[in-house]
Amino acid sequence: MHTGADILPSEQSAPEEGRTFYRTLVLRRQLILAALALALFLSLCVDLALGPARFSLGEVLAALFSPDDVSLQARVILWEIRMPVALMALVVGASLSVAGAQMQTILSNPLASPFTLGISAGASFGAALALAFGVVIVPAAVDYVIPINAFVMAMLTAFAIHALSMRRGVTIETIVLLGIAMVFIFNSLMALIQFFASQQAVSAVVFWTMGSLTKATWPKLWIALGVLATVMPLLARHGWALTAMRLGDAKAESLGVKPRALRLEVLVLVSLLAAIAVAFVGTIGFIGLVGPHIARLLLGEDQRFFLPGSALCGALILSIGSVLSKVLIPGTVIPIGIITSLVGIPFFLFLVLSNKKASW
Amino acid sequence: MVTLTLDGLSASYGRRRILSEITTPPLEGGQVVAVLGPNAAGKSTLFRRIFGLLDGGGTVCLEGATSERPVAYMPQETGVNAVLTVYESVLLARMQGRRLNVKPEDLAEVDRALDELGIVALGERDIGDLSGGQRQMVGAAQALVQNPEVLLLDEPTSALDLHRQIQLLSILRRLAKERGMLVIAALHDLGHALRFTDQALVLQNGTLVNCGPTEEVVTPELLYRVYHVTARIERCSKGRPQLIVEEAV
Repeated sequence: MHTGADILPSEQSAPEEGRTFYRTLVLRRQLILAALALALFLSLCVDLALGPARFSLGEVLAALFSPDDVSLQARVILWEIRMPVALMALVVGASLSVAGAQMQTILSNPLASPFTLGISAGASFGAALALAFGVVIVPAAVDYVIPINAFVMAMLTAFAIHALSMRRGVTIETIVLLGIAMVFIFNSLMALIQFFASQQAVSAVVFWTMGSLTKATWPKLWIALGVLATVMPLLARHGWALTAMRLGDAKAESLGVKPRALRLEVLVLVSLLAAIAVAFVGTIGFIGLVGPHIARLLLGEDQRFFLPGSALCGALILSIGSVLSKVLIPGTVIPIGIITSLVGIPFFLFLVLSNKKASW
Repeated sequence: MVTLTLDGLSASYGRRRILSEITTPPLEGGQVVAVLGPNAAGKSTLFRRIFGLLDGGGTVCLEGATSERPVAYMPQETGVNAVLTVYESVLLARMQGRRLNVKPEDLAEVDRALDELGIVALGERDIGDLSGGQRQMVGAAQALVQNPEVLLLDEPTSALDLHRQIQLLSILRRLAKERGMLVIAALHDLGHALRFTDQALVLQNGTLVNCGPTEEVVTPELLYRVYHVTARIERCSKGRPQLIVEEAV
């Protein structure tokens, strides 16, 4: 006899079971977030300890929590030289990962990331203009010419996509295609620049596109951190609506969300995050794609956990990348963009393939 | 109790007019209203227009509503694979427009909605793992958890097996009576409409061709004119009207 049991479980549990299950789920996620934060702190300490002058973890902790108890040399190296770089890794990792997470969410596409939408490519083009031909889009202090060029081009790319996606009949698939078109346009322009530029300028452009944390300074760090700290609460405010976007536009609309308006607002916010990150450290491609996927595997897609989770995962990956870039070849700091791709992608493939449940 | 009246309602997609001049008598809470009509008659558009997702002429007049968001709408199911459990996806429907922190009463409402529909056991499952019918029941729970005064359901039984169709429609009928809720559902099964609904609106080519008590509206003449089938309606031994369809013309 067909009872419907094979289609819908018919045995009824007590209603309180649902609440208990949910509370356990929330607790588990809070613990995962705490574990990620702890891992991040450890990675930061290791990152600080490594370099031409090596410090023990004890010395690093002492310098962090009671700077007056360590030598002047240790204090200067750790706080003035290494700290901005190590913290920049966290801020940039978090920014790129959050940008990727929200692009994937609003575009319903697992491949969306600052890369896919051409924002990184735009930034590279802006930087290349300055490096190869000394083109200055906005006059600024020497230290900021390249980041500002990169930032302006990244934002122009974002606004171009924004403007095109406002047109009637443009679907989310079209937005992704527009992004890919941008990537190809900028890649061609980059090739053109490299064709005309001097040998020396070509090396500078290539080095920039590999991504490097070494140019981080305290002022740059404060700017990147300020943007991240401003954008995160603005995204969190839309937490429930963004989670609903993953159920599809029709469902989200039926729950009172305005998908079009939300998509455009979030696109602008995350473009800002990605543009700032890329402007200061160059193109680091892998974080914006993978950070959110790892967060999704660990925490699901409720934005109350997914958003901080993506930030923590991105920060952790880049921080570990920073450690590896110093230890893989002693005495040489390999550009971070190479490390994250080389080490991170096999790890990511392992995670995706070993996961029994569908992650998208 | 809530009363919904449609007055000269119309809607267009671009230049194509989908609905024109839909005017109904006041539809009162405590009833189940069927929206009937062949494919592409404008049923889904009517729901979207009532819910405010489409602009157009005419007015939707809702009187007697006491809550801030009195209308809930369940669109036709589209399959998605978000990494969320059923419990989370129902909670999500309740929390829209609210603060991020979840209160115990929100969890109690989720439990109540799942319990009403008999799908408590699905709570821990990922929504991506569900069958079409299960998704549809979850969709109904997402609408119910909002405690609506008017519930708009676009083909809520299309993916359900017979057991679940009867179960869902019985539950909706009971909840309408108990809570004074107005349930408006698009249905394709006219037998179900006759059995479970009080009123019926019949759409054809975007216009309202008939509305009133379901038993008076669903007649062999209407079936011939709107659905192009010959049919008769007879009463069974329990006195319920039964639809017997003979052939398509």
